[in-house]
Amino acid sequence: MKGYKFNRPWEGYVFLAPWITGFLCFTVIPMILSLYFSFTYYDIMTPPKWIGIKNYVDIFHDPRFYKSLRVTVTYVVLGVPFQLTFALILAVILKKDIPGVRIYRAIYYLPSLFGGSVAVAILWRQLFNKEGAVNKILALLGIEGMNWIATPSTALYTLILLSIWQFGSPMVIFLGGLKQISQDYYEAAEIDGCGKIRTFFYITLPLLTPMVFFNIVMTIINAFQAFTPSYIISGGTGAPVDSTLFYTLYLYIKGFRHFSMGYASALAWVLLVIIATITAIMFLIGKYWVYYDE
Amino acid sequence: MKKRHIRKLLFHVIIILCGLLMLYPLLWMLSSSFKEDVEIFQGVSFIPKKFTINNYIYGWKGVSGVSFGKFFLNSLFIASVSIIANIISCSMAAYAFAKLDFKFKNLFFSIMMITLMLPFHVRLIPQYIVFNKIGWVNTYLPLTVPKFFAVEGFFIFMLVQFMRTISNELLEAPRIDGCGTFGIYINFIMPLSMPALVTVAIFTFIWTWNDFFSQMIYISDPKKFTVSLALRMFVDATGTSSWGALFAMSCLSLLPLLVIFIFFQRYLIEGITTGSIKG
Repeated sequence: MKGYKFNRPWEGYVFLAPWITGFLCFTVIPMILSLYFSFTYYDIMTPPKWIGIKNYVDIFHDPRFYKSLRVTVTYVVLGVPFQLTFALILAVILKKDIPGVRIYRAIYYLPSLFGGSVAVAILWRQLFNKEGAVNKILALLGIEGMNWIATPSTALYTLILLSIWQFGSPMVIFLGGLKQISQDYYEAAEIDGCGKIRTFFYITLPLLTPMVFFNIVMTIINAFQAFTPSYIISGGTGAPVDSTLFYTLYLYIKGFRHFSMGYASALAWVLLVIIATITAIMFLIGKYWVYYDE
Repeated sequence: MKKRHIRKLLFHVIIILCGLLMLYPLLWMLSSSFKEDVEIFQGVSFIPKKFTINNYIYGWKGVSGVSFGKFFLNSLFIASVSIIANIISCSMAAYAFAKLDFKFKNLFFSIMMITLMLPFHVRLIPQYIVFNKIGWVNTYLPLTVPKFFAVEGFFIFMLVQFMRTISNELLEAPRIDGCGTFGIYINFIMPLSMPALVTVAIFTFIWTWNDFFSQMIYISDPKKFTVSLALRMFVDATGTSSWGALFAMSCLSLLPLLVIFIFFQRYLIEGITTGSIKG
């Protein structure tokens, strides 16, 4: 990372000043405060009261914490692999310059564009309702549907489906990665009589591993923080019987409904540790399978 | 030869069918928004038996006496300020990282990359408490002011990637002619980074427009509600009584995103690509 070495030493800091200020005011100080709050009882009205590690002890005895963790992990474990697999398959298919390919890419990307909105969450809630369009289609096939959103055993799966539906953004990142793979490899493979499937597994996939890695890390981190769909679909409660109680929704309920700011801060730090651990493990494993072509 | 044609045709048919399946929920919502309430949950047909725009008229009236037009303006306002803030602050930081030389640069850059992965919940509660103390809650300040301080690391990263591709030789000539570090930023870096800046603007718009969590936490006055908050209130206020109007407003709320997508598709798709090179 070489600059062009003509600037005076202090000028770099001038340009970085907004970022440094923001980093201190909106990241460092809040993080220190939230770590402190996590060791206190704090309801905003009265000053924080130091209670040591009680919040953390309580968390590990809190059935709703375990429930929300289980819901979130299920969401991540079932959602992310399907999302990325679809993204990869479609990226490979839509990589070629066939007629209409831009429109196809646009169509498959569209759900990602809208997916995070309240509007789509509302739509989803209706789609899987008792009277929703999904049941109407099932009825045509002679299957009697049910209220997927209000049934504890299925509610979470509608949300997982919603996340898989949005495979467009990782697909676009894969498309970018595929464009960077030199055509020489493919020509060589063709001369050697390598079939399409073999070409994919022996050339495309290894060279794409940096993108696969990037997508896995970012998708998992984002999935752990999903909020809007579970809030809208459950009306902000995680209903039915906590089956859509995402971790962030539970944190929100604790902090902004029960005003247990100390407890919510502790929940946030547990989330940070979980995400950091998973990311660290992924980076460690990544060393063995991510291939950097340099 | 003929067999190849059939295979090609089959390929397109499958792609289109799967695409339609993907779009089905959205198309269903769009067609429902033109149906009468009683008809919405009756059949699977896309074509309304009785085409009506009443849903749009009724929905536009809004909730709690505030029209949907107001909610759109509120969302647009927050999005516009965020776009300006992100473009200025993130491009400054990116310029420093990509083109300037100073002590601890690599350390700062690593820190910036780590903040990308932090869940924002560890900052959320203290931020809320401080904003509450200084009387910023129920204003747009918590949603906009931080963006003037380059808090969106993803955009800095994307711009750094882009600015690194601007050749240093190109910048040396004006430097020799006496153009200062700031002059080069304004006259060369910014114009040359235009494609990446457009991408930043588009993503800022999409993210602000779709944002729900921070808007919900900070805004409680219905007059200040954004489109996201208004839709949520609409669900609570009308319950299951007027789905048509709710769908109509949902469709309208997605319209700005669609328009941006149609006009800037290139920036959107290529933008993500440049941002993740050697991620």
